[in-house]
Order: sequence, then C-alpha cells, then structure tokens
Amino acid sequence: MIDSSVALDQVRRSLTIAKKDLRIYYAKGPVVIFGILMPTFLFLAFSIGRQMPVNLLIPGLLGMAVFFTATAVSPVVVPWETQARTLERLASCPVAVWTILLGDMLASVIFGAAISLVAILIGLFSGANIQYPFILAIGVILAALCFSSMALIFSFPATSSPATIMMLSSLIKFPLVFVSGVFMPVGELPAWAKVIASLSPLTYFTEVTRYCIGGTSHYPLSVSLLLLLMFTILFWGAAVILHKRTLPKRL
Amino acid sequence: MENKSTITVEGLTKYYGNFLAVDHVIFNVNHGELFGFLGPNGAGKTTTVRILTGVINAEEGSALVMGYPAGSLQAKQLSGVVPELANAYIDLSTWDNLMLMAELYRVRASEAKRRAEALLQEVGLHEKRNHLVKTFSLGMRKRLILCLALVSEPHVLFLDEPTSGLDVQSTRLIRGTLRKLRNEGKTIFLTTHNMDEANELCDRVAIINHGKLVAIDTPERLRIGAGRFHVVEIGFESPVAAETLSQLPSVDKVEEAGNKVKIYTENPCGLVASLVDFSRAHSLPMVALNILTPSLEDAFVRLTEEVGHDR
Repeated sequence: MIDSSVALDQVRRSLTIAKKDLRIYYAKGPVVIFGILMPTFLFLAFSIGRQMPVNLLIPGLLGMAVFFTATAVSPVVVPWETQARTLERLASCPVAVWTILLGDMLASVIFGAAISLVAILIGLFSGANIQYPFILAIGVILAALCFSSMALIFSFPATSSPATIMMLSSLIKFPLVFVSGVFMPVGELPAWAKVIASLSPLTYFTEVTRYCIGGTSHYPLSVSLLLLLMFTILFWGAAVILHKRTLPKRL
Repeated sequence: MENKSTITVEGLTKYYGNFLAVDHVIFNVNHGELFGFLGPNGAGKTTTVRILTGVINAEEGSALVMGYPAGSLQAKQLSGVVPELANAYIDLSTWDNLMLMAELYRVRASEAKRRAEALLQEVGLHEKRNHLVKTFSLGMRKRLILCLALVSEPHVLFLDEPTSGLDVQSTRLIRGTLRKLRNEGKTIFLTTHNMDEANELCDRVAIINHGKLVAIDTPERLRIGAGRFHVVEIGFESPVAAETLSQLPSVDKVEEAGNKVKIYTENPCGLVASLVDFSRAHSLPMVALNILTPSLEDAFVRLTEEVGHDR
C-alpha cells in the first residue's frame, strides 16, 4: 500500500507533468482548432437538413466535443516522449508510472473540459435550455476523466510512433461515436443497438447531457453517473497495469 | 575518504529475451567516489545504469542507492541522472526545462531559481536561458541535461556517456564540472568508452564485458595488473614485416603502427636483446626504440579480449 503522504506528494508531481503537457502538447493552435472543429463538423454533417430540436442536438455535440478532445492528445504523449527521448529523463525522476499517467490524464481532462465550454456556448446561443448546470459540470468532468483514461489504454503498446497509436485510437473512437446515442437518443434505438450502446461509456455521458439539457434520458441519471465512474476506474486501473508492463520496453 | 557504500550491487542480472545483458554483477561504490564503469558497446553498461536509476527492472539480484532499493522513489529523489540518449524538452526554454525538473523533485521555487542561475553560469548557458532548446547544438543540450540532473542537488549522480560525441570545449566543461562535484563530496557513477576520461577522472573503475564484471580497481592498479604485458615500439631504417618479427623470442603479439611496429611482450629486456641481435644480423639500423608502460586502454583491451576468448 502507498502511504497517503507519498500519494499526495505524487499527485502534486502529476500536476507538474500536466502543466508541462498543456504547455508542450495542447497549447498549440492546430490542436485547439482540431479539438473544436472535429466534433463540430461531424455534428453538422449529421444534423444539417434534419429538423431536430436543439435540445436533442446539443447533447450530441457536447458528447462528441468532450469525447474527441479528451482522447485527442493523451494517447500520443507517451509515444511522442519516447520518440523525443524525454521519457527516460522523466522515468528517472522521483515519479511513479501512475504519476506520469495521472499528469497526462489531468492535462487531457483540463483540455476536454475547456473545449466543452465552446459546445455549451454554442448550445446556449442556439437556445438550448440547460436545466441542471451543476450536474452537467460534474458529468463533463467525470466524462473527461473516463475518456482520457480510456485514451491512455490506447497508448500502452511499446511503440515510439505516434502515428501507429493515432490509427489505433481512431479505429476505436469513430465506431464508438456511432453506437453511443450521440446522433439519436438511446431510447429511440432498436433493441440490439441498445445492447451495444450500453457497452460504451460515451452512451452514459450523452445520457447525462440529455438529462441536463432536455430533461429526459433513457437511463436514470444516477445509473449513468455511476457507470461513468465505474468505466473510469476500470480504464484507469487497466492503463496503469499495462503501462507498467510496457514502459521499460520503450526505453 | 569515508569507506561507506553509496551504491551496493549484488548479483544484478538482466535478460532481454534470451540475451543475458547483465550477468550477476557485484560491486560497491563508496561515498564521495567517482566510479567509472567501462566496457565495449553492448557490454551491459547502459543496462546497468538504467537498473540503478529505476528506468528498467532487474530479473535477479539487488541494488541499493543510499540504502534504498534502486528505482524506488526515495532512491530517485536522491539521484541525478544524465541518460546517454535523453533529451530536454525542445519546445521549452532552458529556464523552463530547469524549473520543470526542479518542480518534479519538489525543490522550492526560490531555491530552484538560485540553483538554476548558478548552474547556467557554470556551464556557460546563462545567456541562452530564454532560448528554446530546439535551437541548441548537441554540446549545449548535454550541458543543459547535466544542469537538469544537478538542479535537485542530488547525493548521487549517474552519467551515461556524458561526453560522447561532444566538441572539445563541451567535453572539458563537463569534465571540469565532474571534478568539482567530486571535490564537493558527491558520489558519481560514470559510464564511458573514453579511457583517457576514466583515467583522468575516476577513483576506481569497473570493466564490464558481455554482461560480466571482469575487473574492478583503481586505474593505476589496473594498468599495473596489465603490466605483465609491455609494449616495445620499434622502427627500422627499412620496413620489416610484422610476421618476421613475430618469429623472435619473447614476442606475444605484433601490431603495425604507421612506420613503426608495436610488439607486446612479457619480457621486454629479452625482447630488446633479440631486436638488437635481429638488427645486427640483418644489417638493419634501428631508428626508434621505446618501451611503453601499459595504459588503461591496454588493460581494458587485454581484459575484454580475455573474456571474449573465454566465451
């Protein structure tokens, strides 16, 4: 067991790693533009020409914004650092593997949460009615934690090629968007699609956003929040175990 | 010098698949010692350093740094590391790299700034403190990486080939810094290919080959240990084939060296007498005759060749 003071100290060091990630990997024009444009264009491609009420459209946009931004950069930070030969320097510092991953995850959460504000502002200007802003804020943070820890799993293979990891993560991310009730509420999906949707963490976030913006959802709010939390714990645990195994092979 | 171990290594063993990279290595590094770790390419030097700095794990054996298991957070906190191929963050400035490293070691901000200023002055990078590292030459980067390792004021410093591929100025600067650190009482673990560097800087050296430790002693004693083999350097007025000279008594090995020949022998006096006889018999005047004492490089070559032949 890790001593709580040691754990707290490591969390502080992970904040330093998060700060470094934000400066080096996120605070770049193309990354920010990609984070905003990608979900917006996907959303427009689906919604233009369809007469959907704004309270049905905005939860989907918000779901995609948080999902794509929280998973955009974090999978490639470790292979990037392997390639740039900065990972060995970092690994020899007094930080545990989970500290490095927590730093990467926190940077991703901050970026995802910040970009989600753009989607929320689009929603507000479009006339969406956010009925439960506090619950929505909790949902956004929980979802960003969940998606970024999922993204960390994508980066566990011991490669120094960010392109390989990008391809792997895209292979998983894009299909997930189409089965998670982003473009159509879960309640309107056929039974078989509902089963598939229930396996995706994105489903539960779009459910939370639909509840907070439209006031209705297929799953009860508490179930969606609990399942998001459980997915987060599962992904985080898996990411730490897998990276512990592969980190020495990268160096 | 206090005879207390700062680094204790017992039976350290590491495999990469079926390849035995480090084979039951045992050694101690004393407090305040500058310890050289020498070996040819692929001998296991970098693997050993990486185990000691916690970057990779050993399969067998144990290693302690300042009494803590190598790789533990406590051991890392007390260590500074200059990895062989590592880089600083090229998208950050010199100063930001130093502050990042200080924060990772939880050095107070005011103290970190004081140390960073002093270190940058010392290695001649102060004027470049606000420049992005991507604009730096290899020598400047290596100097910065040394500063990154020192900003936490570590008790133990691990350096893996710190001067490899550097220009003369950067090499001298780094060696000067290491000498100063040693005089301040820091324990330094240095891997190098460079025999002159090891001879000039190290209190003791260990020689590793094919993962096995083949010798560990002071550079002076290793040279004396290799002293049973002397080198006689000779030049004749006209060239003489190395093969001809290898037939003379007391000759162990002959190497051509430009217009001279290097002859390895256990009996330099006997060999010189044979060479004089050879010169007279063939009416070939000698133009040069030197008896060379063995260098650390000779000891290194001898020791690594012996193990190579044993395998």
